[in-house]
Amino acid sequence: MTTETNKPTVDTRWQSLNSDWANDKETFPMPWGKLMMWIFLLSDTFIFSIFLTGYMNVRMSATEPWPNTSEVFALTIAGQHIPLILIAIMTFVLITSSGTMALAVNYAYQGDRKKTFLLMIATALLGASFVGMQAFEWSKLIHEGVRPWGNPMGATQFGSAFFMITGFHGIHVSAGVIYLSIIANRVRKGHYEGKGYHIVEITGLYWHFVDLVWVFIFAFFYLW
Amino acid sequence: MDQTAKQTTNQQHPIGIYLKVWALLFVLSTLSYMVDYFQFQGYLRWTLVLIFMFLKAGFIISIFMHLGWERYALKCTLLLPPLAIGVLIWLMAMEADYTFSSRQLFLGQ
Repeated sequence: MTTETNKPTVDTRWQSLNSDWANDKETFPMPWGKLMMWIFLLSDTFIFSIFLTGYMNVRMSATEPWPNTSEVFALTIAGQHIPLILIAIMTFVLITSSGTMALAVNYAYQGDRKKTFLLMIATALLGASFVGMQAFEWSKLIHEGVRPWGNPMGATQFGSAFFMITGFHGIHVSAGVIYLSIIANRVRKGHYEGKGYHIVEITGLYWHFVDLVWVFIFAFFYLW
Repeated sequence: MDQTAKQTTNQQHPIGIYLKVWALLFVLSTLSYMVDYFQFQGYLRWTLVLIFMFLKAGFIISIFMHLGWERYALKCTLLLPPLAIGVLIWLMAMEADYTFSSRQLFLGQ
């Protein structure tokens, strides 16, 4: 006569969906902050999607030729002209930072405060170097005459799409660097002993999302 | 319930899987850079760029962000709403085509 005997041992995904929503309990069994971070990231997904869709719209309707990103973002390193190299380096820096963040989350749940702190600081430093490279890229393009209202290479819409999309992403990275530094310092001080280390996973969600957005910007803005 | 709650709130996984995915992301990024480096064009370029993009995004979301281990209710909450973006992209692409053809017609370009 107990509910335990009737309970299926393995829930199918639909049964789990049904019981999560229908039973008189919390729908999402997870820390409040983690769920709120997910909801925020969902809303941020829409913001970046709308930026990228707007960019697609102005690019498809432009009658002037679109500047060749492969050449615009090329660099000459040691006499070698390498197309899109700066963006490739920025991509690798961001992926490296995502890796160190994933390890930080892992060590945080193992309770290794020192390693967590060091990996989070490494993540923040990689993020800061990404922003530094972006500042270099912006000043290079501004120097070459690219403005939100026009540029010497082709379609005027290139500048506005570029500054808006990479600028908004850069702000997210900068905010992430500050967020990571604050949480890392609190981890070092032992602020979360007893509370648990979900906060590191939540910070990680934000950081991986910033990397995720870059995957789409890289594909649609730089490789199109 | 306690068992499942524990599984969802404690995302502890062997460190090896992170290292493997990390390496894989490097490989995929190199491949997508190679698409530009070797100047593939047309449908081949688009197919490769989109495949590498979705693979990278999938690994980041499911492994690094742990969504693969989350409950189905959360997966639905997070993955279903972005489908609306597909509709927006479709509408805006149609609108852009229309604008492009009117510009060619009336601006004489």
